[in-house]
Amino acid sequence: MDVLFDIFGSANFWAAAVRIATPLIFGVLGALLCERAGVLNLGIEGIFVAGAMAGWIAVWLGAGLWGGVLVAALAGAVFGLLHAMLTVILGLSQHVSGIGITLLATSLSYFTYRTALPSVTSPPRITPFQPIAIPGLSDLPLIGPALFAQTPLTWLAFALVAVIALLLYRTPLGLAIRAVGDNPAAVEAQGLSVQGLRIGAVVAGSALMALGGAFLTLSAFDAFFFGMVNGRGWICIALVVFASWQPGKALLGALLFGAFDAFQIRLQAEIGQVVPGQVFLMLPYLLSILALVLVARRADYPRALLQPWFKGQRH
Amino acid sequence: MSFRLEPRADASLALKLTVSLAAGLAALLLVALPVLLAGGNPLNAYALIIQGAFGSMFAFSETLNRATPLILTGLAAAVAFRARLWNIGAEGQLYIGALAAIMVGSGLLAMPPALLIPTVMIAGFLAGGMMMVIPAILKQRFGADEVVITLLLNFVVILLVQMLIEGPLKDPLSMGWPQSVPLLAEARFDKLVPRLRMHWGLVVGLVAAVLLWLMVRKTVLGFEIKAVGENHAAARFAGIPVNATMLKVALLSGGLAGLAGVGEVAGVKGYLSSDLSPGFGYTGIVVAMLAGLSPIGTVFAALFVAAVFVGADSMSRATGISNYLADLVVALSLLCVLVGSFFVRFRVHHEPDAALARRR
Repeated sequence: MDVLFDIFGSANFWAAAVRIATPLIFGVLGALLCERAGVLNLGIEGIFVAGAMAGWIAVWLGAGLWGGVLVAALAGAVFGLLHAMLTVILGLSQHVSGIGITLLATSLSYFTYRTALPSVTSPPRITPFQPIAIPGLSDLPLIGPALFAQTPLTWLAFALVAVIALLLYRTPLGLAIRAVGDNPAAVEAQGLSVQGLRIGAVVAGSALMALGGAFLTLSAFDAFFFGMVNGRGWICIALVVFASWQPGKALLGALLFGAFDAFQIRLQAEIGQVVPGQVFLMLPYLLSILALVLVARRADYPRALLQPWFKGQRH
Repeated sequence: MSFRLEPRADASLALKLTVSLAAGLAALLLVALPVLLAGGNPLNAYALIIQGAFGSMFAFSETLNRATPLILTGLAAAVAFRARLWNIGAEGQLYIGALAAIMVGSGLLAMPPALLIPTVMIAGFLAGGMMMVIPAILKQRFGADEVVITLLLNFVVILLVQMLIEGPLKDPLSMGWPQSVPLLAEARFDKLVPRLRMHWGLVVGLVAAVLLWLMVRKTVLGFEIKAVGENHAAARFAGIPVNATMLKVALLSGGLAGLAGVGEVAGVKGYLSSDLSPGFGYTGIVVAMLAGLSPIGTVFAALFVAAVFVGADSMSRATGISNYLADLVVALSLLCVLVGSFFVRFRVHHEPDAALARRR
């Protein structure tokens, strides 16, 4: 029990939980936006890699940290556009296209990195975003360091949760995006373009996913590694279901996940001699599977998810 | 000018073949751009890839060796996708199959090869199959999406393998290198030709492809899979046991991927390590799609993809261009064949405006 008390009582733990949650917040928001418009984007895992690589390379070439963030978002948008062309315009399988985007984005990123840096034994480093402590607030016990001494990208992630929530629930555009994932026929009857809305949502959502990748290389670490995304994208796809496609719950899910991951890392340090380390590393994936199984029956899927729409189509 | 789409009732074999060939070629053509950007000469790179894959008996043997697991993971994806069961977990199923082979074949059972080899294969098949049956059951009982679950299970299985080869299955003679105890000599696949690496796993893959082709064409299960893949509700209405069929498909699909793992352990490495597969499971999806989900086509698609990998390795050694080029070709082939499937599904009519006006 003392172990648990030590872990949960340390401000360090809560700060780590928020840090681990940040890329997931970007990823879940991106996936949520795509799926709300009716398009599953399994390109997410590769788009994370592309965002991480493109953002890092841009900074390494001297673009500045925010320049890197922009380049990452653009890279994500390009892959999103490709996914949208295949699934929205041509109406092809969203599963297969998504897997294809993941393979393409990953291999293109690795190829580019290897071509730019042919033979490096240790990866070169950049100066990443530094945590900014808000005077006064960051000294609060426990939540101070977690919420008020983070890097700017973490705050951007929190802000985007509010932006996406307002967009979806408080604007006509958001209403149209939600409708296009539920009942595209009604949207077309309103004289709006189903395909245009879907393409826009997929492109924007993919840009958000890429920011999750950029956080890894520009904020959490200072270099690009092969295999650094390590399933984070897939975990986001599970978290979207867990969050019932709602931005607020998505934030909560990502934070819970971050807390759990931070917890297992610390628990590993405490009882790692008794239990093999891999058991702890498995837990996040198993937790995602469990979450998916538990909520699946009650999940309120966007009704037109996975269904292509052709202009002027009749039921 | 305007375009009109008309669904095709049934696409001819010639059209499907054309689409697959065109997709592979298009992918190869598209990578000319990254080759140029990397400062290479695309024509030279193509020549080196072909030479590296087919230029000598040794090269061709390496290509066949690389194609062996891809035939099996390709078949795993093909049979599942035919029933619209999205098994993206072949990578994990391959590793669990290899793990089962080691657990059964490294000293637990003392048998002559004629018994031990089939036993090891059955163990690998069942282990891989169970790894897919679990997500299929979770889908049926809880409505949980099998895509995400099979993807996540890949990571769980790799960690499980790492844990076991650093723990109870660790080879005490491996000088601290994380690898499992070796498979008994009685459980190994023989080489097909002395001094070349290709092994009997290739024959296993070819036999599996023919059996699967027969199953799809001639058996009740083949018919049920087709019906389930086309329309769940209609299949259920027609009295086809949809859930039972899906479980059989899951067992078969996961089992084939498990056999790929057995082949890599019994035919190539002789032991299990966490770098047994450089993504054979994921590449199998591309193989199956390139083959248009046809079992016989899978053999040829696997050969193409294997040639790209083996050829690109040798091209990379000669030119310094990264061998991730092969992964790029594979990813682009998948997207190209997907675009091609549009033309298999629809006939595109192209009408000048005048004709359109007359019809109105």
